[in-house]
Amino acid sequence: MSTLTHLSKLESEAVHIMREVVAEAERPVMLYSIGKDSAVMLHLAKKAFYPSSPPFPLLHVDTTWKFQDMYKLREKSAKDARMELLIHKNPEALKRGINPFDHGTLHTDLWKTEGLKQALNKFNFDAIFGGARRDEEKSRAKERIFSFRNCHHRWEPKAQRPELWSLYNTQKSKGESFRVFPLSNWTELDVWQYIYLEDIEIVPLYFAASRPTVDRDGLILMIDDERFPLNKHEKPCIRSIRFRTLGCYPLTGAIESKAKTLPEVIQETLLTTTSERQGRAIDAEEGSSMEAKKQQGYF
Amino acid sequence: MSHFTKSAVYKPDALIAKDVNAYLKAHQKKLLLRFITCGSVDDGKSTLIGRLLFESKMLFEDHLKQLELDSKRTGTQGKNLDFALLLDGLEAEREQGITIDVAYRFFTTEKMKFIAADTPGHEQYTRNMITAASTAELAIILIDARKGVLTQTRRHSFLCKLIGINNFILAVNKMDLVKYSESTFKKIFSDYNEFAKKIGIKNITAIPVSGLLGDNITSPSINTTWYSGSTLMNRLENLVTPKKPKSKNGLKMPVQWVNRPNSNFRGFSGKIVDGSVKLGEKVRILPGGTLSEVSKIFVSDRKVEQAKTGESITLTFKDEVDCSRGQIITAADQPIEVADQFESKLIWMDEEDLVPGRSYYLKIGTQTVLATISTPKYQINVNTMEHMACKTLTLNTIGVANIIMDRPIAFTPYEKNKELGGFILIDKIRNSTAAAGLINFALRRSKNIHWQALDITRKDRANQKNQKARVIWLTGLSGSGKSTIANTLEQKLNNLGYHTFILDGDNVRHGLNKDLGFTEVDRIENIRRIGEVAKLMTDAGLVVITAFISPFKLEREMVRKMMEPNEFFEIYIDTPLAIAEKRDVKGLYAKARTGELKNFTGIDSPYEPPENPEIHIKSDQLSAVEAADLIVKKLFI
Repeated sequence: MSTLTHLSKLESEAVHIMREVVAEAERPVMLYSIGKDSAVMLHLAKKAFYPSSPPFPLLHVDTTWKFQDMYKLREKSAKDARMELLIHKNPEALKRGINPFDHGTLHTDLWKTEGLKQALNKFNFDAIFGGARRDEEKSRAKERIFSFRNCHHRWEPKAQRPELWSLYNTQKSKGESFRVFPLSNWTELDVWQYIYLEDIEIVPLYFAASRPTVDRDGLILMIDDERFPLNKHEKPCIRSIRFRTLGCYPLTGAIESKAKTLPEVIQETLLTTTSERQGRAIDAEEGSSMEAKKQQGYF
Repeated sequence: MSHFTKSAVYKPDALIAKDVNAYLKAHQKKLLLRFITCGSVDDGKSTLIGRLLFESKMLFEDHLKQLELDSKRTGTQGKNLDFALLLDGLEAEREQGITIDVAYRFFTTEKMKFIAADTPGHEQYTRNMITAASTAELAIILIDARKGVLTQTRRHSFLCKLIGINNFILAVNKMDLVKYSESTFKKIFSDYNEFAKKIGIKNITAIPVSGLLGDNITSPSINTTWYSGSTLMNRLENLVTPKKPKSKNGLKMPVQWVNRPNSNFRGFSGKIVDGSVKLGEKVRILPGGTLSEVSKIFVSDRKVEQAKTGESITLTFKDEVDCSRGQIITAADQPIEVADQFESKLIWMDEEDLVPGRSYYLKIGTQTVLATISTPKYQINVNTMEHMACKTLTLNTIGVANIIMDRPIAFTPYEKNKELGGFILIDKIRNSTAAAGLINFALRRSKNIHWQALDITRKDRANQKNQKARVIWLTGLSGSGKSTIANTLEQKLNNLGYHTFILDGDNVRHGLNKDLGFTEVDRIENIRRIGEVAKLMTDAGLVVITAFISPFKLEREMVRKMMEPNEFFEIYIDTPLAIAEKRDVKGLYAKARTGELKNFTGIDSPYEPPENPEIHIKSDQLSAVEAADLIVKKLFI
């Protein structure tokens, strides 16, 4: 017998975290965004509770602007895992027709941040699994695995609870909650490697294919449905592209690529000279935009 | 800093382009090392980590671009890149130019995967540093070659050692600023060694480096030809060798969760914290000591024949035994200690001071129990290592105290196993993590004093008196009428044929508690002793009436928990302060107002009213007789 490899350690740690949550929280839920990190997290949940199915529901805070391929995988994944799938769409955003083309940051704010808070309040969830990793962004690099939220879902970065060994203080008062990040210590490469090793199903958009695109504000955007308003001089062109991260399709930049298999994707990822969140419009604003959003309750 | 940035382009491993499958295969087998970097402000910690990330090709173009922007805007390094901005991820940190909380950074070399924790240097944020140190196997202690060993260097080294780190790298940084002087390096190393020896640090590697210029980071520097040791990266890669788990170590696994998908499967899930387990192995479930045999083992969802330290598994047993969260499954022939009292080091992490005698939640492994902490034996001055007398522990102080729990738990000393000997204390009201605890040893008295089983039970004694034993606990301000009501109540109960006894505040303080004063700590001890006496009296089958101010909620709860369920009745004697003060039967309020009497409840010491008393009596609206009648009616008829 030998010492565990880094991936087995990470797997064991994530499983341990999930079991702690289920043992100590009253109403846990897994936030499921359909991306590759969510896929890994869901896979780990199936492992952690085997032969039981994971004893909590999946929650998708739907902005109605995700890629079609994502919606397809969402239904299938929940069914395969034998888990309840809860979908929440902010009724106010729906009524006001909030969209990423006309409303800028309001889109993220209403659909995602507010939508999430509504869903959490509606179901009274007190522990929410998220797939965020510390290597993604520098305010995330500072966050605890069990991240305390007050009754307004706010994060208080200056007063985080100490977190020793693998002992998590899960005591809280009514209305307060925890965001729990089982993938805290994983890197982008670890996630890819694990998907490869465990043969985890992910959205096909991560692999290169010919897709209709336009260039806008320095991003390559994919025209995923007829709601995409083209400017006068814009002409869609078919290009071989893929995505490093997935979000709302009008906000997620693609990269030109020919990588059609997982090893090819991993190879390309490792050879690239930019980080994965570079394709996300939300991060580019100012230094601490993510921290500010997180404080307000964004995942 | 141009030196740093010119080559700062991401340079991937050659193997990735050549044969990605071979690369993946190699990467799969990599081991993980978690380390922390500590040192004083401006010792160059962030620059060093920046350098390590850069040398292991983990700084992407967009990170560098962002860093350039940030450096111009808020940097503290003039025209140069300020690497602290890369790590100080919080707005407040960048604003103040200090590190508040730990930042985790990841990098990989051909041999290893690393998680680096960059920790705050300020004493104020010690708890965050401890958070990082608790999961690290190695510490890089940074020293500015111009400044030598500082107070902070000593404090950080001590804390690292305390929390169980055994591997140290002393990185003497900014060697370029001392002209790569060998004698400076040697002097610092010997100064540090002298100190390290005192606190028991043994494995130290000292390396002369420049984080800014890259000397001895990944390749030997031509500027330090007098140094023949390894580079920093080389040392990191080779310092912690894959240990073969000692096969003779028996299984130790705290049970996290009972897995019951259907009536045919009852599994026990948890992470193995020591040893290994095989199919058919005999195990013991602590603290009870029940024996059983392992019939199935799953590592996650894979059925296996054996599992080892660090793996998260699910076990099933041959027979139906009682086993639940909080218990520890051990090899049958290698059980661990069970006790309800031990001596422990405490690292206090809360803004509120330790209150000796008050009860806290104690979480260890997967179990949470109630615990009270004695007055600390001493406090350790983390800058000088001296032991100092103390009455309490305050934020960021470290001391040693005895801990008494409400039930026995299985554990090992922290030195033997962090996960079986490390615990946290949680404040019951504010839910804050109040302290980290490291168990030294079980107290002998808890190991040797066993409860004497008696033939006549408490029930027998109560039956003989034709009554149920109970405690009628009157609480309220001084002058609210507790003693008068207690007296009247006792007369009534005697007339009804009950065997009673009154414990009264003033009377107890003349005898049993005459050594106690009126500070918060003494008040808690006062109530604890009274609780114990009341408990003995209920064991004797009596109806006990108590009349104490008992101002703190937690202590009344503590007494309630000492009693059997439905034996403790809290009666809130509620009088507005103004009325109690007006009555002032004993003239105490007058003295308190003039300051002659200190810590007087209601004046300069708080009263925490009961939230859910069994009976709430507004004594400004009822006479003592009416109040006593009400109690008799509600509890005895």
